[in-house]
Parts: sequence; structure tokens; C-alpha cells
Amino acid sequence: MTGVVVYPAAALVAASLGRYSMTGVYQRGVGLLNYRRLVEQDALPAVIGNTVLWVVVVVAATVVVSLALAQLLDANFPGRRLVRWAVIVPWAASLIVTSKLFVWIYDYYFGVLNHLLLALGVLAAPIDWLGDDATVMGAMVAVGVFVSLPFTTYVLLAGLATIPADVYEAARLDGASPWVTYRAVTLPLLAPALVVAVVLNLIYVFNSFPIVWTLNDRNPGFGHDTLVTYLYKIAFKSALRDVGLAAALGVVNVLLVLAAVVMYLRTVRWQGAEA
Amino acid sequence: MRLTRPARRAALAAGGAAVALAFLAPYVVMLLDSLKPAAELRASPPRLLPTHWQWSNYAEVVRDPVFRSALRVSLEVAVGSTALAVAAAVPAAYHTARHRFRGRSAFLFLVLVTQMFSPTALVVGLYREFFELGLVNTTAALILTNAAFNLAFAVWILRAFFASIPREIEEAAEVDGCGRIGTLLRVVLPLSRPAIVTAAIFAFIAAWNEYSVALTLMTDAAMKPLTVGITAYVTAYVQHWNLLFGASVLAIVPVIVLFALIEPYLVSGLTAGGVK
Repeated sequence: MTGVVVYPAAALVAASLGRYSMTGVYQRGVGLLNYRRLVEQDALPAVIGNTVLWVVVVVAATVVVSLALAQLLDANFPGRRLVRWAVIVPWAASLIVTSKLFVWIYDYYFGVLNHLLLALGVLAAPIDWLGDDATVMGAMVAVGVFVSLPFTTYVLLAGLATIPADVYEAARLDGASPWVTYRAVTLPLLAPALVVAVVLNLIYVFNSFPIVWTLNDRNPGFGHDTLVTYLYKIAFKSALRDVGLAAALGVVNVLLVLAAVVMYLRTVRWQGAEA
Repeated sequence: MRLTRPARRAALAAGGAAVALAFLAPYVVMLLDSLKPAAELRASPPRLLPTHWQWSNYAEVVRDPVFRSALRVSLEVAVGSTALAVAAAVPAAYHTARHRFRGRSAFLFLVLVTQMFSPTALVVGLYREFFELGLVNTTAALILTNAAFNLAFAVWILRAFFASIPREIEEAAEVDGCGRIGTLLRVVLPLSRPAIVTAAIFAFIAAWNEYSVALTLMTDAAMKPLTVGITAYVTAYVQHWNLLFGASVLAIVPVIVLFALIEPYLVSGLTAGGVK
């Protein structure tokens, strides 16, 4: 773990303080210059806006939908086993496979989505989902939520499994309606699982690479990139090929996730660490 | 209003069927399109079912040297990194479960931090490290990286399980003359099989599906694993969507089978792992 976490982390910080040629050869130390150049990048404000939108909407929508899914999958009904297996499939499929699949489903001419929406009369004309500036972020967010649901649902299912049956029995004897029971009994007892679900999703969604990388592939520039895909383009793809600048962004990214998680844990005043 | 029991069960089953359909629908499109001839993929409006079921697409994928080498690399990386992660996780988890050490919260924090230092954030540092070691384009680089990133989660699952084994069983084994190592090997490990299998399958799936590190470190076409290799079927120059989907189906099926095997442990594993 030292070799693959600590060392690259140190190499990352070191690289962020140096200047490199286009082919990646170290030239000289430049102090904090890369960080100053990073702030001056024209694309940065849009990329930060995209990242905030991406993380907040995907995490919020995922958690809300997963709460409902977990409630359903916790109930007893015929075929529950099969439904649970079906829900696992997007978790089992690699993100790159699912991303490529959605590029095809969203396709302007041959994609099944436009065809379906036209047939249902929802759309009057097909939409270029991944090419139109107005729809590409929404299209990526939908896939982001879709692939985040299985894991989140299972974390919440695990939380529901820890709630003892006699608590529900007591609520029933007190005459509480199902909705009141859910609000007053289930949600508070589910709080630790919810915290874990939100924290892990914050981290995973922020660091998520394949979806934005693949679905935004056609669009030039950095207009729909998040900080993570922006970093990758700076380091390996765009005309910049700037190791120092990318490393500085990498350091900023790690600190941002750390700050977001600490802030969130502070707000919910987490006591779970010693449990 | 309260529904009668049978009506409630029927409503839940209908909801369940709708959920299953929503989750499976995209992958059904993938499966059906993997069986179409190329010309049928270029039909507008698209048809759901193939008119000609072209099973030979799969034969073409399996014969393709690109797919074969990608499959070999993926298997090497997933098996190697799983073995390494589990071999390191068992003693680490056993130690933390059996010894009170300062700051269990520090341990939890460490798990979170490894998740945070995701490979994607570290990719520049990782590339520089493996470049200097001359390990770019080797499976060793991917085995090490995947093992390290999956270690924390494996320790997490195993620690909770080891902690749930009553200490008396181990004390009895020690009274009977088993040493520390003997107790671990002959008593604790056989009892922990479900947890170890779950941790191993999780590590295997994560390594099998990893993309961004492989994309960065494996630049040589012959060394690309499946996740990176299959994208060559659809580029700006070639559009073999049916082959891409055929290869994708072949890559996904083993993972779904593995997941189905551990589904019963999934809830209890995550419960024990920290959602308490």
C-alpha cells in the first residue's frame, strides 16, 4: 500500500512543484508556479461548475432513489431474489462497458432512446443527446445515477437489516401510520447507513472517470469536463501535455474531496467512528 | 387505507418487476445488438430484435487476437491482484480484530483515505513511479496497483468477520496445543470461508473492471486488458458496435455469476463491514 498510495502521492506533490517538458522530462523546480497557472486557466470556472453539478445532483438523486429501492427490496414478495440480481447488473458491468452502451443508446440516428421517445410522442424530433450543449450534462448525470444505485441500495439494505423487528411492532401498537413509522422510526435508525452511503458516493462520484470521459468524448475543449477528466486531458491528451499543471490539479482534487467529506461529517456530527 | 396482504404482495411484485426491467433494459439492448449483422445496426428507426440472428459475431470476437490478449491480461491482473490483496488482508484484518490498538477510528479513516486517493486522482504520480521503475506496460504494475487499492476494502470485510468469532474457540484451540499460527490456519480461516470468498470476489471484480489506471499504464496494444482493449472496436475510424457488445457480454457474464454467488453475503458483509 505504501508503494502504490504513499509514494505516488508524494510523487504527485513533488511533480506539482516542478516544470516538465512535453515528453515528461523534469526540467527544474518552480515552487508554486503550477498552482498559480492552474488558477489562471480559462476553462477552470466552467470545469468547477460542472464538477459541483455532477457531484451534487448524482449523489442526491442516487441516495433518494436508493432509499425507495432499498425499502422495496427489503419487503417480502415473490421473485425478490430475481429483482435483487437484476439490480446488481450495472454494478457488475464495468463502467466503461456501460458508458459505451449508453453512447449507443443516446445515438442521434440509431439510438433506441430517441426512437422510444418519438414513438411515445414525448419528442417531436430526435435530440443529439451527447452533442447538444443543453443535454450532454443531463445525459451523463442519468448514467451516473444509474450505475451508483446498486451499491448505494445495498448499503441501505444492510442498514435496514440492522433495525430490529420489535421497533416496528411497537410503532404499530402505538397506531403509527406507515409514513409516520418511516419518518419517525426507519429514517433515524438508518442514519448511520445513510452517512456511509453519502460519504462513499461523494468520493466515488467525484473521482468517477469513465462516464464523463466516454460520453463527452465527441465534444472538443473542456466545456463539459469535470475536474478529474480535465486533469487527465491536461496530463495525457490535450495540446498542453503538462505534467506539472496536472499534478497540481491532482493535489487540489484530493484536498477538495477531503474537505467535502470532512465538512459533511461535521454537519451530521458523526459519532460512528468508535462503533 | 391498508391493503390486504395478497394485494400488498401483488403490488410489491409488480413494483419489483418494473425495477428489474429498468435495470436490465439497457443490457438487453446490448445483448440483442451483439447478435445483429453490422448492416442492421445502421437501421433507422432501430429494431429491437435482430432479423438475422448472427451468432457468428461471438466466434469472431473469440478468434480475434486483440480480444484474446486482452482476456489474458485481464485474467492475469484480476487473479494476481486478488491473491495478493487477500494474502495481505487476512493477517492485517486478524491483527486489527484481535488487538485493541490506539484509534480504531484512525483505521476507519485510513480506509476512507485510500478510497479518496482513488487511482484516477493519483494517476500522474502512479505513471511517474512505474515509468521510473520501468514497469509501464507490465501486468505487474496493474497487479500491484489493484491489490493496493482493494486491500483496504478486503481488510474492512474480514476484520468485522474475525471480530465476530468468539475468542473462546481460539482459546480452546490454544489449550489443545495449537500455536498462534496454527489457530489462525486450522480454526479461524476455515470458519471465515464465506467472508474470505466475499472479499476475494469483491477484489476480483474491482480489478477486472478497473479502467483509468490501465488506460494510463498500458499503452502497448498487446498489454491492454479487456476494459481498455474492447474500446478499439469502436473508434473514429471503425464502428463494430456488434463486436464491442459481444466482447462486453463475454466480459460481464462471469462477473454477474460471481456476484450472484455472493449476493446472500452482500447484505451481511456490508452490515458487518461498518454500517452498524
